[in-house]
Amino acid sequence: MSLTLKPKAGATPAAAKRPLAASPGTFLIWGSMAVFLLLLLGVVSSVVVNSFAKEWFDTWLPSGYTPAWYADAWKEYDLGQVIGTTLTVSIAVVGISVLIGAPASYVLARRSFPGKNILMLVFLLPIMMPPITYGIPLATLLTYYHLAPGLTGVILANLVPSIPFVILTMTPFIEQINPSIESAARMCGANMLRLFTRILAPLLVPGILAAAVLVLVRTVGMFELTFLTSDSTSDTLVVALFTAMTGAGIRAQQSVDAMAVVYMLMMMVLLVVALRFVNPTQLVSQVREETD
Amino acid sequence: MTLTGQRPARVDQEPGSRPALSHRLAERGIDKLLLLLLPALVFALVLFVYPFVYGLGLSFQPKTGGVFGAYVKFFTDPSVRGLDSIWVTLQLALPAALLNVLVSVPIAYKMRGKFRGKRALTTVLVIPITLGTVLTAEGLLNFFGQRGWLNRFLGLLGFEPLQLVQNYWGVLWSLIISGFPFAFLLILSYLSGIDPSLEAAARTLGADWKQRFRRITLPLLAPGLAITFCLTFVLAFSVFPSAILVGDPSGSTRVIAYVAYNAWGQQFDYPLASAAAIVMGAVELVVIVLVLIWRSRMYKGSTGGKG
Repeated sequence: MSLTLKPKAGATPAAAKRPLAASPGTFLIWGSMAVFLLLLLGVVSSVVVNSFAKEWFDTWLPSGYTPAWYADAWKEYDLGQVIGTTLTVSIAVVGISVLIGAPASYVLARRSFPGKNILMLVFLLPIMMPPITYGIPLATLLTYYHLAPGLTGVILANLVPSIPFVILTMTPFIEQINPSIESAARMCGANMLRLFTRILAPLLVPGILAAAVLVLVRTVGMFELTFLTSDSTSDTLVVALFTAMTGAGIRAQQSVDAMAVVYMLMMMVLLVVALRFVNPTQLVSQVREETD
Repeated sequence: MTLTGQRPARVDQEPGSRPALSHRLAERGIDKLLLLLLPALVFALVLFVYPFVYGLGLSFQPKTGGVFGAYVKFFTDPSVRGLDSIWVTLQLALPAALLNVLVSVPIAYKMRGKFRGKRALTTVLVIPITLGTVLTAEGLLNFFGQRGWLNRFLGLLGFEPLQLVQNYWGVLWSLIISGFPFAFLLILSYLSGIDPSLEAAARTLGADWKQRFRRITLPLLAPGLAITFCLTFVLAFSVFPSAILVGDPSGSTRVIAYVAYNAWGQQFDYPLASAAAIVMGAVELVVIVLVLIWRSRMYKGSTGGKG
């Protein structure tokens, strides 16, 4: 509710200049946002409540509460292994894509060369295409080479959009580094390796962290590519959730809900960490806000 | 020692185009530097271009029906209903993307200034990213379902229960919930990239907020709007899990991704699946190109903000 008040308080000094017609609009905007958030809250809390429900049929609230569904989900869906797989896949994907993407984004940020536009297009397409579009041929090919279904296939498939994503995220960070620092280091006799480890890497830490955390969030949430390349031993949490929900029937809905809550909490932690490193408004453009 | 090794390479790189010493020193490493691109290029070629070309080839080699057999099957076979699925997907993706962008603009416009609690509010708006399709689907089924809180509440007010899930609306809802945070974040960044002094100048010239928005903010925002629309559209166009979970995949929400997956994972008809995937990519690219053409017609000039 303070939502509606604050912008108006900010608008009061300008009220003399601003026509009164603006305020119903403002009201409408903040009102519809409040409705959206309320519905969202309802959606989320119905899952959270259900994951603790003993029984919940035709009533406002369940008849009783129990934490047992979490233990149930942990055992029944082998969550330990699933979370392990999720971590393995995402850490591998983050590591490889940063190692491969960071040098490439350095070159793309600093040099222009013939064919650069075509190269950029090749790097952009995996991000602009629906994952299913390239995922299906890719999964067919990986199966043909016996790399999928399995952990290798999942990691390889997830690298396809992640490497371009690292390149796109890091390029603006590299552009912000003054090239004369590198020139100075070269003058002092540093070779490329030294330049990278001593000069660029420390300056790029924020960019690398931003890219890494964002790729991590994306990989943990990536459904299609993992779904196409995984088998029951290499399912990540999203895919395990999906198969649990589609194959539910005999299983209790509550334990699926419990698993979904675990997933949400995990993603929330990741997102909060991500927001610490990245100002979301700086993702697409280099906005310099004085303080924030 | 690297100096001597690199010298011949520099001759190839048109010396003299950049005369300054510092540039010549930088140019010296150009060959070595371009090698840094190699791993990324190899990965893109091996894991993206090659599978894509392979899939394209596969789509022209169906077991029956000649070279275009898979495409003919996709478009005409009543059990595949490919044309139908394209239509269904567009009917979901276009309104969802449009709505997400259009709603984000006024909210981002209100939020670009500084006020207390801005960071908290941004976080709240971005949180839906963390929900994931399954939790959203479960939540929609619970909340909007026949016996859910919303229908209970409507019942108190004396309305009939609404059928809001297991159909088109359920999927649209989940697309809005998952797409809005992205659209909002992108629009907010593009809006904050526009120099406020431009608007301040317009204000001193007597422009009211409508004029300022139409003549200054909107044209500067157009590229950002186009890109945001494209990205949210891609997100919505690839809808797959939620079409199964909160939709009605055999009927009203038989999206194209579902058709492609069905051919691939259920019927093991790889040429048909590849054909469906290629058609999916093509339709999506057509929409994106149309949007970008619109954007280039609407405003030609520098973007003010970086966009």
